[in-house]
Amino acid sequence: MLREGAMSVDYLAPADMAAALEMRGAGGTVLAGGTDLFPQHVGRPMTQPVIDIGGVQELRDIVDTPDAYRFGALARWADVADTDLPSCFDGLRAAAREVGSVQVQNSGTIGGNLCNASPAADGIPPLLSLDASVELTSTVGTRVLRLDEFLTGYRATALRPDELLTAVLVPRGPDGARSSFRKLGLRGYLVISVVMVAAVVAASSDGRITDVRLAVGACSPVAQRLPSLEAELVDRRIDDFDAAVIARHLGALTPIDDVRATAAYRFEAASVLVHRALQACGSER
Amino acid sequence: MTSAVAFQVNGAQVRADRSARRLSDVLREDLGLTATKVGCDAGDCGACTVLLEGRPVSACMTAVGQLAGRKVETLEGLHASGELGSLQRAFLARGAAQCGICTPGMLVAAAALLRDTAAPTEPEVKDALGGVLCRCTGYRTIISAVMDAHTAEVIEPPPPVGKAVGRRVPRVDGERKLSGTEIFGADGPPDGALVIRVVRSPHHRARFELGDLAAYVAGSPGVVAALSATDVPGVNRFGVIPATADQPVFAEHEVRFRGEAVAMVVGEQPAMEAWDASAFPVTWHELPAVLVPDDALAPEAPRIHDDREGNVLVRGNVRRGDLDDAFSSAEVEVEGVFETGSIEHAYIEPEAGWARRLGDRIEVAVTTQSPHMDRAEVEAILGLPEGAVRIYPTAVGGGFGSKLDLSVQPYLALAAWKLGRPVRLTYTRPESMMSTTKRHPSRLTLRIGATGDGRLTAMDFEGEFNTGAYASWGPTVANRVPVHAGGPYVYDAYRARTVAVHTNAPPSGAFRGFGVPQSTIATECMLDELADAVGLDRLEFRYRNALTAGVPTVTGQVFASGVGYRECLEALRPHWQRARVEAAEANAAGVATIGRGVGLAGMWYGCGNTALPNPSTIRVGLRRDGWIVLFQGAVDMGQGANTVMTQICADALGVDMARIVTLGADTDTTPDAGKSSASRQTFISGNATFLATTELRTRLLELADASADAHIELVDGRLIVHDRGLESVVTLDELDADGDDLVVAATATYDPPTTTLSADGQGEPYAQFGFGAHMTELEVDLELGTVQIRRITAAHDVGRAVNPTLIEGQIEGGVAQGIGMALMEEYIPGRNENLHDYLIPTIGDVPEVVSILVESGDPVGPYGAKGIGEHSLIPTAPSILNAIRDAVGAGVRRLPATPDRVLAAIAEGSGR
Repeated sequence: MLREGAMSVDYLAPADMAAALEMRGAGGTVLAGGTDLFPQHVGRPMTQPVIDIGGVQELRDIVDTPDAYRFGALARWADVADTDLPSCFDGLRAAAREVGSVQVQNSGTIGGNLCNASPAADGIPPLLSLDASVELTSTVGTRVLRLDEFLTGYRATALRPDELLTAVLVPRGPDGARSSFRKLGLRGYLVISVVMVAAVVAASSDGRITDVRLAVGACSPVAQRLPSLEAELVDRRIDDFDAAVIARHLGALTPIDDVRATAAYRFEAASVLVHRALQACGSER
Repeated sequence: MTSAVAFQVNGAQVRADRSARRLSDVLREDLGLTATKVGCDAGDCGACTVLLEGRPVSACMTAVGQLAGRKVETLEGLHASGELGSLQRAFLARGAAQCGICTPGMLVAAAALLRDTAAPTEPEVKDALGGVLCRCTGYRTIISAVMDAHTAEVIEPPPPVGKAVGRRVPRVDGERKLSGTEIFGADGPPDGALVIRVVRSPHHRARFELGDLAAYVAGSPGVVAALSATDVPGVNRFGVIPATADQPVFAEHEVRFRGEAVAMVVGEQPAMEAWDASAFPVTWHELPAVLVPDDALAPEAPRIHDDREGNVLVRGNVRRGDLDDAFSSAEVEVEGVFETGSIEHAYIEPEAGWARRLGDRIEVAVTTQSPHMDRAEVEAILGLPEGAVRIYPTAVGGGFGSKLDLSVQPYLALAAWKLGRPVRLTYTRPESMMSTTKRHPSRLTLRIGATGDGRLTAMDFEGEFNTGAYASWGPTVANRVPVHAGGPYVYDAYRARTVAVHTNAPPSGAFRGFGVPQSTIATECMLDELADAVGLDRLEFRYRNALTAGVPTVTGQVFASGVGYRECLEALRPHWQRARVEAAEANAAGVATIGRGVGLAGMWYGCGNTALPNPSTIRVGLRRDGWIVLFQGAVDMGQGANTVMTQICADALGVDMARIVTLGADTDTTPDAGKSSASRQTFISGNATFLATTELRTRLLELADASADAHIELVDGRLIVHDRGLESVVTLDELDADGDDLVVAATATYDPPTTTLSADGQGEPYAQFGFGAHMTELEVDLELGTVQIRRITAAHDVGRAVNPTLIEGQIEGGVAQGIGMALMEEYIPGRNENLHDYLIPTIGDVPEVVSILVESGDPVGPYGAKGIGEHSLIPTAPSILNAIRDAVGAGVRRLPATPDRVLAAIAEGSGR
């Protein structure tokens, strides 16, 4: 059963956080759920030492703390989808059910999704719309960065080589806020987004928007919030505004032509999906 | 420094090195559990789905080091426990396993669902199986099997003697596919086989120099050899059509497409699992490349093959009647230009096989559609005499045309020959996509005329096909398309011209329909516009102009019977009328952002080679122990040849199917039944089976001196012939047996009656045509351009349905591939060489498919049967495009009709 002569790279499997941080300090590739690392090594070997943090139990939990919801970096998408969370998390949970396939959701982690930093990462727009932060830990200490500060560019993050992303922190949102997620792909399942939109909306009892946060993914190197549109929408009724206004506030998007769609199409679709994501927050009340 | 990790697999404790190895590799390589298939190593196909603590995960993305103390279940375990019994029976009865390569992943994913939900709904099944791709079935039978797994599935009882043809007989090889015991190309190499990896060009076109290979081998622990063009003992060139064979096993100085092989490395399995291509000594000098015909035809374009002027491989044409006259008599004309992209076969089983040298012979076990062609080609490459190579086809995990060409075979044979040790090779998914053939991208220009009252007068068609770097089946496409481009219609005059142009794209070859799906898109979309222009109902317009028996085709061929196109349209007519009314009502009453549409398209397709000899030979005999042995060399790649031939054999002989042992293809034991392509096996090998079995029956009756209508009974060791109340018993032991232990045997060959074509393409290119028509009902999101197909109704004239379940399986699978072609598939070299950027339909993309089998009979088919394999794909895409045009008022002429293109068409149509 045990193989003779396999030429494999160093494999390190820390049992706890302290050991994990120690090993990370020495350098290497972090393996969490494996759903990005293995696809990046089809037909070619891993050449960096692998630090498999899968056994670090303290990174698995999703907990409700006084200040924030804390998602351990190793919380899997299936865990996110299955956890009972307030309605402002509905968009995130909907996204969790659209990450890859059931197989991917049962392995892939929230921390891995953020560290991989794909422009089309399904988890990022909902977390941006939730004003999420990330907790980064090394042997010398812990720092917390806003998610939009953490994501620095196309597949680039502010994670230092000695750090692990240990948790995603979501502050308590406005009471009763609703949220939604709209993903457009070119087929029914297991599909990379062409455009996706996440919305979190709080409204007063008379239906006026009091707080709104919108994020668009797959239309720029890093998913973007739409602050000027958010500002424009406050005090309006969610079911009563001119949808054409949306298109004027998509300046932060810099979509590209690729194998999935043209840039021009992405602008149009983003506009439509922002409108639909907002409507969904209204109709679900 | 490794430690071990202990975990459970199917209830047994196992240990493995604690490492980041993929669980799929550990299961298959170390534990011999090969029911878990590997299709992509990237979580894109789901073939490797196993249960981890009861939840489905992709074993290819699961590090074995993470499994300490955890519980893994694979199909082997689920099968052994009996948990899946009723689900497996439902799969078998409904034909939900075709090639069987996705079946383990489907069953395992379904097992997790069924533990929670015994009677799931359709959306629940789709959500649970959305991560497992199938390229054969179209998913509908899989959905219904899982939904009904809680019921006691009724498998049709074995047919009465003499009544097998026409019955829904479960596939004879189905149980192997459902238990995970079927052996595919990657599943059964000899122990200790060396592993081959191929070194390939990263450039579309480049010169290259290899470094010091001896030093590389010496410096690479575990590597045994590195071989290149200079090591090829025979001819370093292959190709499915001998006259145009042009592809080297290893390029010699210049590569002509990205993915072309320049060398191979052979080594021990553990070392090769960690092989790093980037360390191989090769220097590339990139050269300017041409990827599309416009560039390849330009005067300054580099010549891709010295002997092919202007980069033209071949031209084809069919002309009939006076075109100018016919257009001048037309009162209405339409014209258009359509473009289709490169399409990847995307079978879930990558190319794979193994080989060993036995003295002066080589045995190659491989996933292939064409064993005897492979044998001849490999013998030429190795410089060996005829018969020195044995090709032993494994189960084929999907072929669709691409496994007609050589892929792994030359590398396996050469390495085994040179090294004298068993070797194996499985392509990675990117390697499979880069290096094997594609559907020809095309630009189709056509003009059609009709009289004011809607009679077709003239058609002029030009098809330009990007045939890629090497010839492959380019000539076949160029010759088949001109015959078919007009569709099953009658014209006063017709001209169709084609050209196959070399580029630095991967070789374009055979893909379900040999170019006809592309040309049919153009023709059927134009016919809708023409029907509208003359003010006729689109179905009625086709009906009036339909080809019928007794009327010459565009090649002047006249069929006295077996032309069932009008019957197909007639079968669709009530569905068409209903759907049109429903769509109009929905559009009047529904949401303004949704457009409902209905589209129709017809097709015809000639079965077998175009105007070329196309024989099949089948052998059948009575074994001394009283069993019939059918040496059935028609490769069953999931379409069901093993079952169809057994049904035909049973009825021709007059025995129970269960008394027949059907042996699949093997060049040492089965005669040449030709390749599994061109929808030819049911027709041609079916006829050979019928003829051979009829001959066997005659000889058996002679043994008993019985009359022609006597009844044959086989029991262990005895032949009993019942004739007019008398019973003759022949004790088989008393007869002489041949090397296969057969006491009586017969071999027969069938070659369909065709003629060569004249310079104008006139003659009888095919002995039979199949006909069909599809109707698509769909919705378009007018704001996003997304398309939701609601239902596809498919009517096909199959002559006689030998096995309706298998035929419906072909229809549903063809429809699914047609959906992919219409809406999402386009291969772009260097950009989507994987199954997450290159998209094929998932279980969520194939709607209800209603199949209507029209049985018009056929004068030359066995029991009147015709082919269906390619027919089922051809009208799907144009019916979808026509439905989109019906829904939004504007057509898409550049495929695939992705949302951006649909939205652009909507904008154009509405004058935005």
